[in-house]
Amino acid sequence: MEAPNHHGAAGAVRPAAVTARGWGWRHAGRAKPAVHALDLDILPGERVLLLGPSGAGKSTLLHALAGVLGDVNDDGEAGDSDESGSLLVDGGSPRGQRGRAGLMQQDPETQVVLSRVGDDVAFGAENLAVPRDAIWTRVHEALADVGLSHLPLDHPTSALSGGQKQRLALAGILAMRPGLILLDEPTANLDPAGVLEVRDAVARCLDKTGATLVVVEHRVSVWKDLVDRIVVLQPGSAADPAVLLDGPPDRVLDEARTMLAAAGVWVPGYVPATRPRAGDARPGAGDLLLAAEKTAVSRERPRRSGFRKIPPVPVQEDITAQVRAGQALAITGPNGAGKSTFALTLAGLLEPVTGKISATTNLSRGAGIDPFRWKAEQLIERIGTVFQEPEHQFVTGRVRDELLFGPRHLGHGEDRVDELLERLRLTPLVDANPYTLSGGEKRRLSVATVLAASPQVLVLDEPTFGQDANTWAELASFLSELLDSGTAVVSVTHDAEFTAALGGTELKLAAAEKVAR
Amino acid sequence: MRGNNALLTRANPLSKLAAVVLITVVLALSIDWVSATVALAFEVLLFPLAGLTLTLLWQRGWPLILAAAVGGWSTSILAPDSGRTLVDVGIWTMSEGSLETGLGFMLRGLAIALPAVLLMSCTDPTDLADALAQKARLPHRFVLGTLAAMRLVGLLAEEWQTIGMARRARGVGSRGSVLQRVKATLGQSFGLLVQAIRRASRLAVTMEARGFGGGTRTWARASTYSVLDAWVLAGGLLMAGLAVVAAVSAGTWNMVWLGS
Amino acid sequence: MSTAAIKKTTSKSWRVVDIVVAALIAIAGGVIFWAWSQGAAAVSGPMNAVYPPLTGLIAGGWMIPAVLGMLIIRKPGAALFCETVAATGELLMGSQYGASVLFSGFVQGLGAEIIFAIFVYKKFNLPVALLAGAAAGLFCGLNDSFAPWGWNIAYAGGDKLAYIIFTAISGAIIAGALSWIATRGLARTGVLSSFASRKAATEPVFS
Repeated sequence: MEAPNHHGAAGAVRPAAVTARGWGWRHAGRAKPAVHALDLDILPGERVLLLGPSGAGKSTLLHALAGVLGDVNDDGEAGDSDESGSLLVDGGSPRGQRGRAGLMQQDPETQVVLSRVGDDVAFGAENLAVPRDAIWTRVHEALADVGLSHLPLDHPTSALSGGQKQRLALAGILAMRPGLILLDEPTANLDPAGVLEVRDAVARCLDKTGATLVVVEHRVSVWKDLVDRIVVLQPGSAADPAVLLDGPPDRVLDEARTMLAAAGVWVPGYVPATRPRAGDARPGAGDLLLAAEKTAVSRERPRRSGFRKIPPVPVQEDITAQVRAGQALAITGPNGAGKSTFALTLAGLLEPVTGKISATTNLSRGAGIDPFRWKAEQLIERIGTVFQEPEHQFVTGRVRDELLFGPRHLGHGEDRVDELLERLRLTPLVDANPYTLSGGEKRRLSVATVLAASPQVLVLDEPTFGQDANTWAELASFLSELLDSGTAVVSVTHDAEFTAALGGTELKLAAAEKVAR
Repeated sequence: MRGNNALLTRANPLSKLAAVVLITVVLALSIDWVSATVALAFEVLLFPLAGLTLTLLWQRGWPLILAAAVGGWSTSILAPDSGRTLVDVGIWTMSEGSLETGLGFMLRGLAIALPAVLLMSCTDPTDLADALAQKARLPHRFVLGTLAAMRLVGLLAEEWQTIGMARRARGVGSRGSVLQRVKATLGQSFGLLVQAIRRASRLAVTMEARGFGGGTRTWARASTYSVLDAWVLAGGLLMAGLAVVAAVSAGTWNMVWLGS
Repeated sequence: MSTAAIKKTTSKSWRVVDIVVAALIAIAGGVIFWAWSQGAAAVSGPMNAVYPPLTGLIAGGWMIPAVLGMLIIRKPGAALFCETVAATGELLMGSQYGASVLFSGFVQGLGAEIIFAIFVYKKFNLPVALLAGAAAGLFCGLNDSFAPWGWNIAYAGGDKLAYIIFTAISGAIIAGALSWIATRGLARTGVLSSFASRKAATEPVFS
């Protein structure tokens, strides 16, 4: 089947229709199907928001519509994947029509293929055998549609912000003139400004091309006004149909408000209830544990050039902050302002470029004033850091061993492990490999492992990123408890509701330099 | 290469690569200081044409100089001896002959390492991939798949640092006995491998979702040959030829398989 | 509207995900090796000063991409491809060997590839991994000692032999055994679920 050269009428996009009849899919090597007996009809030009608990098969459906399922998992060896029923795009199999649908996923870094902006947008069109001149016309058009036409075509893609990278991915998709646009949690890893950037770009493109849209996302309020239909999926089985609810946004949200909220969906206007602070939340109360004085921070180490050491350019300078027992400190600011870098420096993991971080004797208990110089065993007992990506912190092959790791190194604290397992609902997972857990479970595990060493200060980097409403509420309540018991909590976050739930002081970092918007 | 407008950036990557390979092979055939010095002189002259200044070269090149010196040292103490013995301590013997070989080795090492630096300073990886796929007819799936993966190198290097910090925050001591440090590095390597495979899998989905992997494709950027490429190849031949001629006339030409 | 034709795939042909993951494993191997040799400089420096062929004992790290790549992807050519890509990565990072690193990488990958080919790309257990690592190490030693671009070309015969023995041992242990252990660990994390090696964690060790 050769690719026909259809560069037809400029800008003409034929919206695609989706038909699923009893469609099911089981991934290779898994026992349970990801999707079971799905019946769904999407008309050309319709805009659909897919909701549902994790495990309902939303991503699997999107991957199948994009035509990328099947080649990936099918290997001719024991444990083949399994498809039942039919899933058709415009009456044909999605696999034979790659390029008819465009797929965007949530990690901005892996949505970029090539290192120059123009080349990356042209990539999809090249793969569809579009003639060279037509490609560059499409590239310019696509960049203008997503609002990136001010960038030169040889601008390095690595210099783009998260929101810009996702918009670039959208431009790359548009260059294929797809009839179906599929978005799989496209804004989960973006800051609030980036979320709106991407949503607005998608809105403009849909208005212009009239393509069909299917979007999967936790945060309903972002997409509610853009879509004309919400479909709620559930893990299907012989007894339950895969589609739980289907209808216009307002009706579905009204009817299923409680059910959706229980499933962890961020229903508009609903902030989950969290445990209120009981202790003394006044700024200034509580013993001083850590102080930062006029520190400048950077992730880079001094570079060696010949025999000289060149100090790195700091991403943020002149930061002063205090960490007190029982107090929450929220570090906020736009992307690129150095929030995570500062938090890691405060936690004794990075060395400040200038200025110093000092631990009071309440915290250091004889280990020395500079946390960066503490041995790792001393560090975990005093300051616990939870990284943005939980997988970076896994050091063993079993959940129980992960929790026992800190206590074993310290020689005490093993009795707390069972309590933590209970409290963070990890008991059914004790023998699983940490990497096989779901997103929310990994987050709870990484918090538990750090707490097993009973540190006095807890530092969290974007703890609520991409979390559904239930995990969010759990985490906020749990941290509220910790604060009341005297732990200091430092969090780097974009989440205003989270900051409000914990109280305490806010450290606002200003943007360092202008990043190309 | 952003910001590099030097002449050689306009040459086709394949001709540059051919010239570099030619010089590497010819220089590799003999360990002697004459051919190496002639080649080095040419290479230094070519810097401005590739957009390199001496400062940039020092910044990127000092590990190469160090490595070449180390190689020269090893060679002088281990090469078979000839001429007057200079040092004789246990298994170390350095003679006039082996010292000369060692020097030649060091200069030759530099002369072989530098063209690669030159090549990389004036060649964009995407252009190289285009040339390999369009002109050299290598399978485009492998060439572009590798190019896309290479884009993630910087990320991986950053992630290595992050994982190291994350593990220290769990209590994995990266200071301490050698065994502890080896175990820590192994764990860190494992963590990086997991992340690498995850990212690569997602990147593969992105590429396939954009139609990659099919039989035919067109190219948005045409890889072309021009007169400049003829000059590049001619230049490479001239450099290699002069190096050989100079060494043979000076009597120092020393074919590797015949010398030792 | 244009669409792309999909090639029919069989289980021995490379899918896009095989290519991209193999390339990134090779590059990750390069990053790890670079970081490792920074740390190992304290050991390799004195080794080089005292008796240079000893550096063969740590050369195995060079060849991890070849064996690890094959153990994970399990398709013909994986060892050769991964080692060549790793060498290309070294070239881009400014290797002291210049363009000759490409030749060396190819030769080393070939060593491992030959072993896997002998077993018809059906056996990926510990003995095969050790053999493949040893073969890669052997080819590495031979390349460094006898090829014109080899770093040890001017050594005396006895020293060359010592070096080759060291590289073969290092290849077997570091490139062979470590890669095999790593593959089992990776399979347990579930990250290999798209590949032929998804069951590597429970495969028999010796058969």
